[in-house]
Amino acid sequence: MAKRIDVSGLTAYYGSHKAIEDISMTVEPRSVTAFIGPSGCGKSTFLRTLNRMHEVTSGGRVEGKVLLDDEDLYGQGIDPVSVRREVGMVFQRPNPFPTMSIFDNVAAGLRLNGSYKKSELSEVVEKSLKGANLWNEVKDRLNKPGSGLSGGQQQRLCIARAIAVEPKVLLMDEPCSALDPISTLAIEDLIGELKERFTIVIVTHNMQQAARVSDRTAFFNLAAVGQPGKLIEIDETERIFSNPSVQATEDYISGRFG
Amino acid sequence: MDTTQITDAPPPTPQPTVAEQKRAARGATRPGDRIFLGLSRGSGILLLVIMAAIAGFLTYRASIAISKDDANFFTTFEWNTQLIPPKFGIAVLVFGTIVSSIIAMAIAVPIAVAIALFLTHYAPRRLSGPIAYVIDLLAAVPSIVYGLWGALILVPHMNGLYGWLDDYLGWTGIFTWQGGAPRSMLTVGILLAIMILPIITNVSREVFRQAPQMIEEAALALGATRWEVIRMAVIPFGRSGVISASMLGLGRALGETMAVATVLSPTFDIQASLLDPGGGTFAQNIASKFGEASETGRDALIASGLVLFVITLLVNGAARMIIARRKEYSGANA
Amino acid sequence: MSTAITEKRPSTLRGASLPKWSPYAIAAGSVALGLGISAAAGLDSSIQWVLIAGLLFVLGTYAIAARVEGRRQAKDRVATALVWVAFLLAVVPLVSLVWSTVSRGVKVLDIYFLTHSMGLVADSEPGGGIYHAIIGSLEQVGLATLIAAPIGVLTAIYLVEYGRGKLAKAVTFFVDVMTGIPSIVAGLFILSIMLMFDMQPFGFAGSLALAILMMPVVVRSTEEMLKLVPNELREASLALGIPKWRTILKVVIPTSLGGITTGIMLAIARIAGETAPVLLLVWGNSLINSNPFEGAQQSLPLYIYQQYANSAGSGAAYDRAWAASLTLIAFVMILNLVARGIARWKAPKTGR
Repeated sequence: MAKRIDVSGLTAYYGSHKAIEDISMTVEPRSVTAFIGPSGCGKSTFLRTLNRMHEVTSGGRVEGKVLLDDEDLYGQGIDPVSVRREVGMVFQRPNPFPTMSIFDNVAAGLRLNGSYKKSELSEVVEKSLKGANLWNEVKDRLNKPGSGLSGGQQQRLCIARAIAVEPKVLLMDEPCSALDPISTLAIEDLIGELKERFTIVIVTHNMQQAARVSDRTAFFNLAAVGQPGKLIEIDETERIFSNPSVQATEDYISGRFG
Repeated sequence: MDTTQITDAPPPTPQPTVAEQKRAARGATRPGDRIFLGLSRGSGILLLVIMAAIAGFLTYRASIAISKDDANFFTTFEWNTQLIPPKFGIAVLVFGTIVSSIIAMAIAVPIAVAIALFLTHYAPRRLSGPIAYVIDLLAAVPSIVYGLWGALILVPHMNGLYGWLDDYLGWTGIFTWQGGAPRSMLTVGILLAIMILPIITNVSREVFRQAPQMIEEAALALGATRWEVIRMAVIPFGRSGVISASMLGLGRALGETMAVATVLSPTFDIQASLLDPGGGTFAQNIASKFGEASETGRDALIASGLVLFVITLLVNGAARMIIARRKEYSGANA
Repeated sequence: MSTAITEKRPSTLRGASLPKWSPYAIAAGSVALGLGISAAAGLDSSIQWVLIAGLLFVLGTYAIAARVEGRRQAKDRVATALVWVAFLLAVVPLVSLVWSTVSRGVKVLDIYFLTHSMGLVADSEPGGGIYHAIIGSLEQVGLATLIAAPIGVLTAIYLVEYGRGKLAKAVTFFVDVMTGIPSIVAGLFILSIMLMFDMQPFGFAGSLALAILMMPVVVRSTEEMLKLVPNELREASLALGIPKWRTILKVVIPTSLGGITTGIMLAIARIAGETAPVLLLVWGNSLINSNPFEGAQQSLPLYIYQQYANSAGSGAAYDRAWAASLTLIAFVMILNLVARGIARWKAPKTGR
């Protein structure tokens, strides 16, 4: 059920400011693609164009095409709400709904999409929490608020919430940057398991993380502050880290800037 | 906007304690410091004294009036301070004040919440700034101007609506209309609603704006429509803020004098119908009876003012407490 | 199981959706229909067709959206429709208020009106003016400001710079309580003192009641401004060996002066429109009395009330009431705009 993403000639703006320019790439289904690059290079912006979250920010608009298995997300008559249901997202800081219990957090997406029997909901919640490696830690306190969990647990709760609606693609925007090393490891392990079922795109600041979890890596860069970010290259992770074809990638990876 | 927020926060320490101790050691002897501290502390104490004096003087005059009252002050439906012995009670005023305030709240709160949501989540940004500014200004329009507008413009426009209510809802008993001028509790309530709309809108808008962006994005990313985002991520955060905003508005509606005095055609009895003229509120009764009142009459009005004072204190106190409690709640989640 | 659940969702990203112009079309249709119905039924008030149109708009949106787009989208569209309708419903009376005040106010508002008192002009006849009311208002509000502004600012200084312990907590609490006092109660308080000493109404009594209403507003706004002054400034000054009171006077207050001024002006704008306490304590007077310490005076808001209430429906009196309202609103709005201008211009760098 995972889907392929085909981006061609994508440019995104904040008002009159061009944030990223002319990006084209293909993201394979059932794989992990990592976006790396210096701060401000537009990798998060690009990620947010993949489920039409970019246009939520005021002044945000997009030119170009994003095909999800041959269907253009920005085509005529496409409902952004349905797009976001198909393309789930996990954010930088864990953001469970603070007024909802753990159970309700995971069930939130399903409840939006129709009425389910309690037993159906329970089944999906359990499956999703298991899928996020969180079930054993929270199964006795499903009715407690989600904000009572630790940071790493909250992030896994957010992943459970995202996968509960069975999206085709899962976008992760620096999902570990607010977490401690042990929680980070737990999430990285989880990403390895999730790629069996989903197409995963992850933005990360941490190059070791990109090397550990991803199959392919895309390097973004910008010419100067205020200039739009561009895709420099995308390739097998192994090649990017051992033998990149562009000099800037090598400079960045070896820590010469960024 | 919400001035109380800052006061309830723990007071920021304006200077390091070490420096302060040193200063205290020397400063106590410095005449300039002593005078200045004395002046500013004296002002604070003066405020407390004024509050105590308000309560004290009103209670004193009220006790004079109530001791002369030949009827039960709380349950009597008449206001005859000229009689010997005088007979007066506040039952009608309690009823009228509560009814007009309830109507005002029932109309103003939903509309104010909708406008606050409109400004924070629906209106284009270019529009919402200026509109918020205009609403700020409207909160500054003097109540007597609202009163004049209500009496001369709103009242004549109410006839059609009154006719409708009588036709279609007359059977309820509270919407029967005998065709008098629409200077009744419903018009008063509508006017009060218009008057308290800006303050409730302003406070609610502030609360909705503080709803965390990342929670809203979480809802959006799950495939929620705009309305679902508001229901999941905005309203749960704003609920207590809206309640306290409404209480502040209620405090205003309860004590409003001139707008009621100009629009209502008062009688000292209770009307079952909201559309028939009659009834009265505390503040309106004081303003309209004051001119011809004897000394006992004035004391009786002061006694009714004391009751109004206590009611508004309770309502405002409750609003402050909700705001304070909300602080703790949001602090825990920060 | 999970496949069964996923089947409940539309498998495609494409949902049937209404064209972009549809809300406008539904709105236009509702307004037309509302006007049509009210014309056909001979309804006489504009409130009615506005309500009909609003109701039609909300119901029509739901019906059409539910049919084409499904229930979730319909709910979303109804929420949007309701929010717009609420906004427009609130705008109508507010625009009407401003419009009627301006259009009716300009009828008699001229130099003569501003520079003459009512004198011996009967309430029901044309002529006369508001000079005496302006004098009274300026004096009463001016005296109230002279009392309330220093006390309010000093109290705020106490709360921010010195305040600790029970006294400060009590003051903070009662300032909150004081903001909620209805203006007529403040009037009754001064009245109860006057009754005790058997005094006749005079302007300064009104000033005292207005001062009570003004103080908490000044305290609150000044407090906020003082809190915006960065601690580093205070520490830098104290570290130079400058005594605290001079630090406050020379560093803290000048830094926040713009904000404090704004707060005081907004407070003035608020009390300038108060009618109830003036009605109880100053009585009103159709002649010029420029001595606030003796004899009844007039004030602008009270003038409006009395022109309305004591004239038994005379058009001339209503015209004067509107003109006085326009003057009062203009005064309050100018104060507001200037105050906000100062706030923007003088905003401390640390401010929001």
